[in-house]
Amino acid sequence: MSRDVASLVDTLAEIVGPGHVRTALPERVTYAKDGLPTHRRVPGVVVLPGSRDEVIAVVRLLGALGMPFVPRGAGTGLSGGALADGDAVLIVLTRLNRILKIDARNRLAVVEPGVVNIRLSAAAAPHGLQYTPDPSSQTACTIGGNVAENAGGPHCLKYGVTATHVLALEVALADGRVVELGSPGGEPWGPDLVGLFVGSEGNFGVATRITVRLLPVARAVRTLLADFTSLRTAGEAVSAVIASGIVPAALEMMDQSCIRAVEDSVYAAGYPRDAAAVLLAELDGGHEVAVAADAETIESVLRAHGARSVRVAADAQERERLWLGRKKAFGAMGRLSRDLVVQDAVVPRSTLPDVLETIARIAAEYGLTVSNVFHAGDGNLHPNISFDGRTPGLRERVEAASAEIMATCIAAGGTITGEHGIGLDKLRYMPLLFDGDSLAAMRAVRRVWDPDERVNPGKVVPVHACREWAGTRNAERGTRNARGNARSDFRVATSGLDT
Amino acid sequence: MSLLDRVRALLGDEAVEVAATPDGVPRVAPASPDAVALLLGTAREEGWRVRIEGAGSWLPADAPADLALTTRRLDKIPAIEPQDLSATAEAGIGCDLLRQQLADRGTWLALDPPGLAGRTVGSIVATATAGPLRQGFGPVRDHLLGVTFVTGDGRLVHSGGRVVKNVAGYDLTRLEAGAFGAFGVIVLVHLRLRALPRADQTLALEGSREDLTQVAEDIAAAGIQPAAHELMSPALARRERWLLAVRFAGSAALVAAEEAGLRAATGGRFAALRADEGHSLWMRAAESFATRPVAFRIGGLPDSSDELLDLLQHQVGDEWISASPAIGAIRWGGDATIDRLKRVRRTLAGLEVPLTLERAPWPVRSAVGHFGAYREGVGPLVAGLRRTFDPGEAFVVAAEAAE
Ligand SMILES: Cc1cc2nc3c(=O)[nH]c(=O)nc-3n(C[C@H](O)[C@H](O)[C@H](O)COP(=O)(O)OP(=O)(O)OC[C@H]3O[C@@H](n4cnc5c(N)ncnc54)[C@H](O)[C@@H]3O)c2cc1C
Ligand SMILES: Cc1cc2nc3c(=O)[nH]c(=O)nc-3n(C[C@H](O)[C@H](O)[C@H](O)COP(=O)(O)OP(=O)(O)OC[C@H]3O[C@@H](n4cnc5c(N)ncnc54)[C@H](O)[C@@H]3O)c2cc1C
Repeated sequence: MSRDVASLVDTLAEIVGPGHVRTALPERVTYAKDGLPTHRRVPGVVVLPGSRDEVIAVVRLLGALGMPFVPRGAGTGLSGGALADGDAVLIVLTRLNRILKIDARNRLAVVEPGVVNIRLSAAAAPHGLQYTPDPSSQTACTIGGNVAENAGGPHCLKYGVTATHVLALEVALADGRVVELGSPGGEPWGPDLVGLFVGSEGNFGVATRITVRLLPVARAVRTLLADFTSLRTAGEAVSAVIASGIVPAALEMMDQSCIRAVEDSVYAAGYPRDAAAVLLAELDGGHEVAVAADAETIESVLRAHGARSVRVAADAQERERLWLGRKKAFGAMGRLSRDLVVQDAVVPRSTLPDVLETIARIAAEYGLTVSNVFHAGDGNLHPNISFDGRTPGLRERVEAASAEIMATCIAAGGTITGEHGIGLDKLRYMPLLFDGDSLAAMRAVRRVWDPDERVNPGKVVPVHACREWAGTRNAERGTRNARGNARSDFRVATSGLDT
Repeated sequence: MSLLDRVRALLGDEAVEVAATPDGVPRVAPASPDAVALLLGTAREEGWRVRIEGAGSWLPADAPADLALTTRRLDKIPAIEPQDLSATAEAGIGCDLLRQQLADRGTWLALDPPGLAGRTVGSIVATATAGPLRQGFGPVRDHLLGVTFVTGDGRLVHSGGRVVKNVAGYDLTRLEAGAFGAFGVIVLVHLRLRALPRADQTLALEGSREDLTQVAEDIAAAGIQPAAHELMSPALARRERWLLAVRFAGSAALVAAEEAGLRAATGGRFAALRADEGHSLWMRAAESFATRPVAFRIGGLPDSSDELLDLLQHQVGDEWISASPAIGAIRWGGDATIDRLKRVRRTLAGLEVPLTLERAPWPVRSAVGHFGAYREGVGPLVAGLRRTFDPGEAFVVAAEAAE
């Protein structure tokens, strides 16, 4: 360890306590990935502040040193967003896990960024309230990570993704200055900087305090499971449900490969194994009669559009079982093979039948197993590729198939990510979606928050594809993502483990 | 060569063949997003100061400028996709025309902004003015899937897209919503639609403000979730006393159940309005705001709504008020001096309540600013964003108070 590094580590330890700075390689290696198996970066130093003030002090210190850093929540992200290089410090926020306030009268909560998503709903439940965005990773992921990714979840079809639910933020900027964005009532002070921050993937600073909206827990719920003998029919049924004018709380699809993986696991939900696809639809609201009537309408729409059978959950227990299968589907698929790439893209809902067929064709061409489990009501696809990364040449095939799937979704009028973000993984697709001026505008906006591009460097905007923007020149051009002005001589040896 | 001659050479005769502005500022109507970009690129080179206008149907434009850019020829609707519940519209299309086309395809944009029915879509996005339906369907930004805008130096920037979920890149769409044109001229918007509600019922109750405030609380406590839930001042509602209007929209079963729930929670005091009565109540209230010189909105909390109404009454009067007590949003219309507006903004800021000036004659809005009393650290960010999107300061927008 060089002297510089030693003195940095000492100063960090003074701020957060020696037990909360990780420098040993085996410890740092545990932070080398997020939920995506295809990217790996070993951070230089890992620091775990225990309070907002400690976060700010750490960020100030790194600002003074001009060092790059990366905020990290639970590390469940699926785009390589929370990875840091050897010359950067990883700031892990999981110790900031206090729920600071639940204001039932005004239906809002104030939390620290490291609060695990599901804990907030649990804490709000005694007030008859919940935090609605429910990513399938909700038992692990943090609200800070949700804000940074603008996370979605099954119930976001009716209630909106994270952005809809964030009212105000306190953010530590790259240099440690603290800004307060938004107001508890949700009206911004001027332009909507909360709206801009949500989904910025840790590029604009560290969210240190988050005010979110809570919603009443629905009094009446109906959960339906419809099964189909073809993927196309299931896709068409989705459009029919949307066109009915009734907005289900959730409308999720699983294909046969996913169904079988779930049914073979401990989360077996009783999905019909021979179905080509199932749709899980949930209706909710404040009135039993109304929800029951809407559920009947949806049931007949599903039957009229090719459902082989429609099962209505008889009680809360059956409903939970149906949902557990869906929420644990990724885990169940993880059993199919050593590695799993969870893909994410969105298409206009009416194109689902065609796009699903094209994806199946791509899978067959590349000889890969692709399972689909996704937010069908939003057109938000998750084609998941199971593979064994040790097999020579297989990673390249997975990458090539992923690229073809992305191109298919763009061609259908869609986008390359609906909730997992760009991170590192999707940088290369950004120029397929945005021209040089639009990318340059994003980069210029980022530099308003972080002039040296020091926070989570190298993510989201492929710098080489940006056109010049008033005054800012692209210093670097090339295929690798250049990293603005952030330069650090500091680099911690990571031995041969670095990949 | 005169400015108009230059523009004519650049964009053709049509672009300058529009009604003159009352204050003699040359008015230009580009017919495509590219033409807007070309015009603003030239404006940057020439140092022209540009004011952005929508349909020009509301108030005479009055911001001092070398050039008035109107979006009125950007009036196409490139796509309505009922199956996907999305639409793409150019910024200059009037809301009433768009609404009609959407309804013909069984779809609905769940926004009811203040002002005349012919307001342009672009102006609604630029000013982020939502109406009573914000209770059930959220603020303007929740209805946007993407926007295309042109910066002050003539660059065309695309953000978002036309699908309902999208996290590719930073969300510049939400930044454009409510920026009052300071970050660019919006030329195209992708909108999130809803199916035209099968049932749409408005119920109303007249009474004292105090009484209605209590009723509004009872409604919220009973878990009733209306599409709109609005407390209107007598002048606005054109009634003797204050009016609490509740609107339900959705499936017939839902609306019937909500209506029954409302009656149960309030002892059957509400009167159901006929469809045409309901329609005209909401429309007249929206239009009334265009008849007053000044309008602003504030965003408080449900439990402070009553206190905020007292404060407004005390400082600027409460003749023209439309409030959503269940979410704490209030719109005020009327006439007020620069000093009073500044004072009320300061008082509100002390309560953590932002005030956004939506409309005022130029002398007032340039002195007060659409925004002000920023929280810690916000000012430099806003200034940086303005430099980013308008490096030559071409746009005449009173985003902040002139000091
Ligand atoms: C099994 C599984 C299922 C999933 N299901 C869903 C799903 O249904 N919907 C969905 O949207 N996602 C889903 N995800 C993805 C992931 O859980 C989400 O993106 C989540 O929001 C990440 O939270 P995290 O705390 O793990 O963040 P991390 O992975 O640690 O970080 C993600 C990004 O956020 C930034 N960040 C974290 N905290 C902060 C902060 N306080 N301030 C600023 N930036 C910060 C990081 O720099 C990084 O760029 C799933 C993942 C897995 C593994
Ligand atoms: C007394 C008086 C008060 C005025 N007060 C205001 C005011 O408070 N706020 C205000 O914005 N204008 C104000 N104006 C000026 C405004 O430019 C004109 O009233 C406008 O021509 C009205 O056109 P419209 O009816 O289509 O309005 P709108 O289309 O409703 O336009 C309102 C404002 O929205 C913005 N805008 C419209 N379209 C776009 C777009 N596509 N991209 C970006 N921004 C856009 C512009 O800033 C425009 O001024 C005022 C004018 C007068 C005379």
